[in-house]
Amino acid sequence: METLSSLSGYIIPVIIMAVVLYGLIKKVDVYEEFIDGAFDGFKVVVKVAPTLIGLFLAVRILNDSGALRLLTRVFMPVARLIHTPADVIPVVITKLFSSGSATSLMLNLFDLYGPDSLEGLTAAISLSSTESLFYTASVFLMAAGVKKSRYVIPCALLSTLAGVIASIMIANFLCR
Amino acid sequence: MINLIWALMIVIGVVVAILTGNIDSVNTGVLEGAEDAVSLCITMFGVVGMWSGIMRIAEKSGLMDKWTGMLAPVMKFLFPGMSAKSRAYKYICTNIIANVVGLGWAATPPALQAMAELAKENGHSKIASRDMCTFLILNISSLQLIPVSIIAYRAKYGAANPAMIILPGLIATACSTVVAVLLCYLINKHAKDE
Repeated sequence: METLSSLSGYIIPVIIMAVVLYGLIKKVDVYEEFIDGAFDGFKVVVKVAPTLIGLFLAVRILNDSGALRLLTRVFMPVARLIHTPADVIPVVITKLFSSGSATSLMLNLFDLYGPDSLEGLTAAISLSSTESLFYTASVFLMAAGVKKSRYVIPCALLSTLAGVIASIMIANFLCR
Repeated sequence: MINLIWALMIVIGVVVAILTGNIDSVNTGVLEGAEDAVSLCITMFGVVGMWSGIMRIAEKSGLMDKWTGMLAPVMKFLFPGMSAKSRAYKYICTNIIANVVGLGWAATPPALQAMAELAKENGHSKIASRDMCTFLILNISSLQLIPVSIIAYRAKYGAANPAMIILPGLIATACSTVVAVLLCYLINKHAKDE
């Protein structure tokens, strides 16, 4: 763990250096190209900025109103059926909308039950195997200027579900 | 679809807030949410701008072609008919690699640029192309091999072996990605671009 985290500190600076150095060797106008690319990056961010405001607005309303907690309660019987601690359900559902909020919910579980508990493990494994669906979808679609997403949402939901079911089974296996 | 989900989130939220008396926290929440979005945008300007610049150097120097080459078999399977010379193709490969090696933030710029390039190739249609759908579903299925931040959190909260999460996480990620790839493959065989 120690070596892993100290190594990961090197990765990004070394990648940046390697790319710039390789560009220099290949006689690319590195600084000019960097500026050019960065400007393109800016344009994309400007394009997705309104999406972020819209999304954060909806997530906050859903969360602060207590609607997300109610939604969670609907899934409680299902949780009991598949031998999952009910406390994990909010983490998984929140992750669909926001990675940050889901992470803070997971940390709550770490606090309450410990990171090696069934609750902590199920949350950690499912968070590491899923992506925030609605966030990713709306930002990507906005970057492409697309309105009709066709089969994206159903397919993405199925794949997320597969990841969550696998996480629950693995965590149950580990805690047996 | 997204229209409906977004509207439902707001309508359900406000109705629940009124019924449960949480309207005050929603009232402050909406402004805070909008503010959070803007501060995320400012972060994104820095990170996306920085990585887009680095990416451009890698593209011009031909370094990008080296790593896109490694993914050729995977790309052929997932994006049949896409030219390996197109910008979209290179950006998709860059995104996949950045995701797999766990460079979370570095994966976003190529993803957004790839979507913008795919839109160009698709004549800026309002309907998502087949390749856009595949790429998006693949990203949502999570491609991350080592959940660095979760390992760090587990360490912080005193887990016996913080890194033991890697293998379970890998298996679960494989499950979601395999389902995503299979679904896309099956749909790609039948669906045409609208």
